[in-house]
Amino acid sequence: MAEPRVLVLAGHGINCEEETKFAFDRAGAKAELVHVNDLINKSKNLEDYQILAFPGGFSFGDDTGSGNALANKIKNHLWDEIKYFVEGDKLAIGICNGFQVMTSLGLLPALDRKYGNQQVALLPNENARYFTRWVDLKFEGKSPWTNGIEEMIIPIAHGEGKFYADQGILDKIENGKLVAARYVRGDICNHFSLDANPNGSLNDIAAIMDKTGKLIGMMPHPERAVDVAQLPHYTWIREKCKRERRDVPDFGQGLKIFENAVKYFEED
Amino acid sequence: MAKRVEIINKVQDTRAGIIKKKLESDFPGIDNIKLVDVYTIDGISEEEIDKSSAVLFNPVFQESVDVGKLRGVDYAIEIGFLPGVTDNVGNTARGSIEDRLDVKVSELEVYSSKLLLVSGDVSKEDALNIGNSLANSLIQSIRVKRGGEFYIDGGMEVLVPRVNIRGKPTADLVKILNASDDELTIMGKQGIINVDGSRRGPLAMDINYMKTIQEHFKNKGRNPTDVELESLAQTWSEHCKHTIFASQIDNLVDGLYKTFIKGATEKIREKKGNKDFCVSVFTDNSGIIKFDENHFIAYKVETHNTPSFLDPFGGAITGIVGVNRDPIGTGLGAKPVINVYGFCFADPLDKRPLFKGENKTQKMLSPRRIMDGVIEGVNVGGNCSGIPTPQGFMVFDERYRGKPLVFVGTVGVMPVESAGRLSHEKKAEPGDYIVMVGGRVGKDGIHGATFSSEAMDSGSPATAVQIGDPITQKKMSDALIKEARDLGLYNSITDNGAGGLSCSVAEMAKESGGFYVKLDDVPLKYPGLNPWEIWVSESQERMTLAIPKDKWHKFSDLMKRRGVEATVIGEFTDSGNCIVDYDGKTVMDIEMDFLHDGVPSKKLETKFTKQIYEEPGLSSLENLTESLHSMLERLNVASFKFISQQYDHEVQGGSVIKPLQGKGLVNGDATVTRPVLDSRKGIVLSQAINPSYGDIDTYNMAACAIDTAIRNAVAAGANLNHLALLDNFCWCSSDEPERLGQLKRAAQACYDYAVEFETPFISGKDSMFNDFKGYDENGNPIKISVPPTLLISSIGVIEDVSKAVSLDAKFEGDLIYVLGETKNELGASEYFAMAGEQQRGKKYIGNNVPGVDAAKNKKLYMGLAEAIEEELIVSAQSINRGGLGVALAKTSIGGQLGVEVSLENLPGERLTDVSALYSESQGRIVVTVNPKYKTKFESLMEGNAFAQIGTVRGDAKFIVKGREGNVVVDSDIKEMNKTYNSTFEGY
Repeated sequence: MAEPRVLVLAGHGINCEEETKFAFDRAGAKAELVHVNDLINKSKNLEDYQILAFPGGFSFGDDTGSGNALANKIKNHLWDEIKYFVEGDKLAIGICNGFQVMTSLGLLPALDRKYGNQQVALLPNENARYFTRWVDLKFEGKSPWTNGIEEMIIPIAHGEGKFYADQGILDKIENGKLVAARYVRGDICNHFSLDANPNGSLNDIAAIMDKTGKLIGMMPHPERAVDVAQLPHYTWIREKCKRERRDVPDFGQGLKIFENAVKYFEED
Repeated sequence: MAKRVEIINKVQDTRAGIIKKKLESDFPGIDNIKLVDVYTIDGISEEEIDKSSAVLFNPVFQESVDVGKLRGVDYAIEIGFLPGVTDNVGNTARGSIEDRLDVKVSELEVYSSKLLLVSGDVSKEDALNIGNSLANSLIQSIRVKRGGEFYIDGGMEVLVPRVNIRGKPTADLVKILNASDDELTIMGKQGIINVDGSRRGPLAMDINYMKTIQEHFKNKGRNPTDVELESLAQTWSEHCKHTIFASQIDNLVDGLYKTFIKGATEKIREKKGNKDFCVSVFTDNSGIIKFDENHFIAYKVETHNTPSFLDPFGGAITGIVGVNRDPIGTGLGAKPVINVYGFCFADPLDKRPLFKGENKTQKMLSPRRIMDGVIEGVNVGGNCSGIPTPQGFMVFDERYRGKPLVFVGTVGVMPVESAGRLSHEKKAEPGDYIVMVGGRVGKDGIHGATFSSEAMDSGSPATAVQIGDPITQKKMSDALIKEARDLGLYNSITDNGAGGLSCSVAEMAKESGGFYVKLDDVPLKYPGLNPWEIWVSESQERMTLAIPKDKWHKFSDLMKRRGVEATVIGEFTDSGNCIVDYDGKTVMDIEMDFLHDGVPSKKLETKFTKQIYEEPGLSSLENLTESLHSMLERLNVASFKFISQQYDHEVQGGSVIKPLQGKGLVNGDATVTRPVLDSRKGIVLSQAINPSYGDIDTYNMAACAIDTAIRNAVAAGANLNHLALLDNFCWCSSDEPERLGQLKRAAQACYDYAVEFETPFISGKDSMFNDFKGYDENGNPIKISVPPTLLISSIGVIEDVSKAVSLDAKFEGDLIYVLGETKNELGASEYFAMAGEQQRGKKYIGNNVPGVDAAKNKKLYMGLAEAIEEELIVSAQSINRGGLGVALAKTSIGGQLGVEVSLENLPGERLTDVSALYSESQGRIVVTVNPKYKTKFESLMEGNAFAQIGTVRGDAKFIVKGREGNVVVDSDIKEMNKTYNSTFEGY
């Protein structure tokens, strides 16, 4: 199969669309920025794409709750297309604000594959403030997006990223193995002496998926971890490699997520 | 009938918890706080409200309830917006409801407010004070209700803060033809008189200006309209014309700007010849330099001081979102890629109140509230716009108590060519439509330009306050810069900032030669605005474009599809006249020449008296370990990582050298960002500001700022041959010869050092009257002027970011060098300030202010740049505020590795240990080097003053030996982490 086509949503205050497209393109996909309004007015069709990305940003300025207003807009105008898309053999990812949109749409975790029910939420961070730093993730569960990825260092930047669900839902997510990644103490936390969980997420959850694993949402930004120069200890790593007489590694680990998505369609 | 929809959390509400924590110390009686998001909806039926209210909350953790039924409320405190104040949440809610109902309801109005339900032992006075501590009465309303009443009434009353303006808008003739000089003076200062005798707010024009206008209209044989007079006031304002920099000053006929700033750039460009990297400087909304073969970068730094003093959040968010429009409005448009900030505040612990009115009336906000609000404003503005904000600083001085300085800047990137045109050029053609794009016009921001040209006193209007709306702007920016520009749909573009349409249209009309505007066609937020208000309003998020008639249809269609409002409001002409119509009548008819060049010239006189200060006597028994810790805790030195961490510096994916560096997350002085993701090239940014040096001599202040801004950038890897500067003068009382004397000396230094370093100025902005006139805590009159302040921002290019250098020591055994000479230059240093405060409760200033030897420093920086290019430099920390002691501490804390150094071989004058450690001599950098490259590095640096002073340790010990060989500082990293990070803990 040819390189998969990726629809990267844009508009209404989404603001990570360009680097998300860049990451997909670098991973070998053919990504296109599509304004939400162009999907609504049907000048673009979701059907023409294999992968759907809800990028990060501040859709509608987080007014009425992060992700809420954009999710409502999509629900009002695009729900049938979205439902058809996610029930087909397609992939979708929501990053940061995109994750908040996907949970508000009820695309995640979509227990029992019931798409459309809001079951989890991302609440204000424990310190109620926007926060930017790097974290360590440990991956689990089975998803085409995370195939072969065990750990990752990756940045977060959000004000509302505390993963929340009531106990019943949380149990179902855990039992159904729908957690895709958790915040753990790893290289980054050790290097910078930071706590593992940056926002008070329940069960340290950073990313979840639906039952098929084809839909995934995460607060951290893999598109900001695709180049070694993006790493927070880049100058240190460079110097260390130099002294150990080895080359500086080429890529950040986040790129693997995008490569996995491309691979999924190559293997078809 | 309007109805309230009240949303409350079902699970523990973090936001309420934070508010409670914030209030606890002042109101210990509070047991619990519940936070309710309130939407007051008007214009649709109750049924429709019920049908659509679900779009206003997240059912997983919130619910819509009638809070009037809740028990256990002791006080209800509601904070909403005053009529006409931008309500972003309300606007989004309105859009969501409309979308849900799938109809456009023109009557639909949604207003957001926050309701606090407080339980505990709280009095009515407490409740009012809580309201006041959370709200700003200039823009917000506070309603308080006792619990019992709240329960009986079933909650708060429905309140619709609709703007209601009575009377039919008209343009009035202003009778000035026969006005006396006294009347003209009052009108210039307080504004045009209304029918009821009140004044409209400052025109900020002195008697000369007013008489020039009087004369002009005498020749026309008629009185001006208020539209004409207000328009002239805007265009001729200090804020827009920069008369102080433009006027003859002493014997400098061309004035400070042409002689010293532009003059320096012209000289440098000539000297650089084909290596000149300037593209468009001083002519557009921001300065443009080359980046790579295919891209230019544009940079502008602005101030937003007065609005931030009145409404810190609104002022700061409007500032950052406003300066984003400068690159957007430069050439055919540059995409904003980096934000910068800089804040000058008073000590947040300073509790002395200030009043604007007599008898302790009109209390001003406290330094802490200003600081919190400003920081939050830039947070929301930058983060919501998706523009990384890596670079910034804070400076503290008690003289910023009367007015904070809020610097905000934006770098944009643009393709060299767009739609077959050179994108740094633009020209509105006669016959092009004048098109207003983005937000609508309201009363907000009226008199912003004339207001900021005046010192602040009790007549200052509250309408000068606006609140930015980053999302409206983001939509507009995306539609213009990412789509319309590259489709070639417009000929020219500029931003609506100070003076609103009156300035943007008049400015663009210079390209075509005249304009015609029909004010009736300008979209308004609400009816009732007078024509002069429409013309000068500074409502935000608007650009003005020149669009060829044959492209209008395509442009308009694109904007509609992007949900961006675009309206034709007139036409550019070549008539030589500025014509504005309203309601079928011509309300403005002025010649372009008079509007732009009719401003009378001034001649300014200066005076300079060198101040001599007491030279402090320093004890030789000083405990340097203790003093180093005290230095690290100083407001001007301590970590402000709480800001760096709340400003997203990773968005757009280009961050390389980040605001917090090394394992210890130390605030760096420079940052590196890749603006083009498939390129290895980076932009290096730094800033320098030393207001205290100006107490001794503003010449040295400017010289040091330039040297520091360059040094910081070079230390991070910038190429000195491709480095440009921006100037921001924030002065005070600029009508006093002494202040102008200080200004002239600073400007002279700008010329001398820019030319010597060959670093051209590409853009700048000044703010000349940062004075507060009011009353102190005892009700006595007080004038507080900011110290003369100059911010120098540097922007450079690094060929390959894999050569970029961070500040942190990295490996045990690395050699620590000091580059440059240390002299006895403690004058106006942080150490003197601290020693004075400790010994006598007041800063010492002294007299030995640092000087700059540009030739020597330039040679050293070239050497360092070569060492960086050769990858010999493991870390580099420029020696800035706090001297060598602080620079070493940052290197060490950054790497979380100890150091052992000796002051014995420190290059420069033979000094006491105290001076060696804390002197703020310029041109110095602390670097660490792998011992393997010792010989290579040292031979490369030959001919410069430098010395190895020690090594990086493997443990946490921080040891400094004095010139006698004895240990003078004996500390460890754990302790230093604590002191460096303690000052702003909990902020």
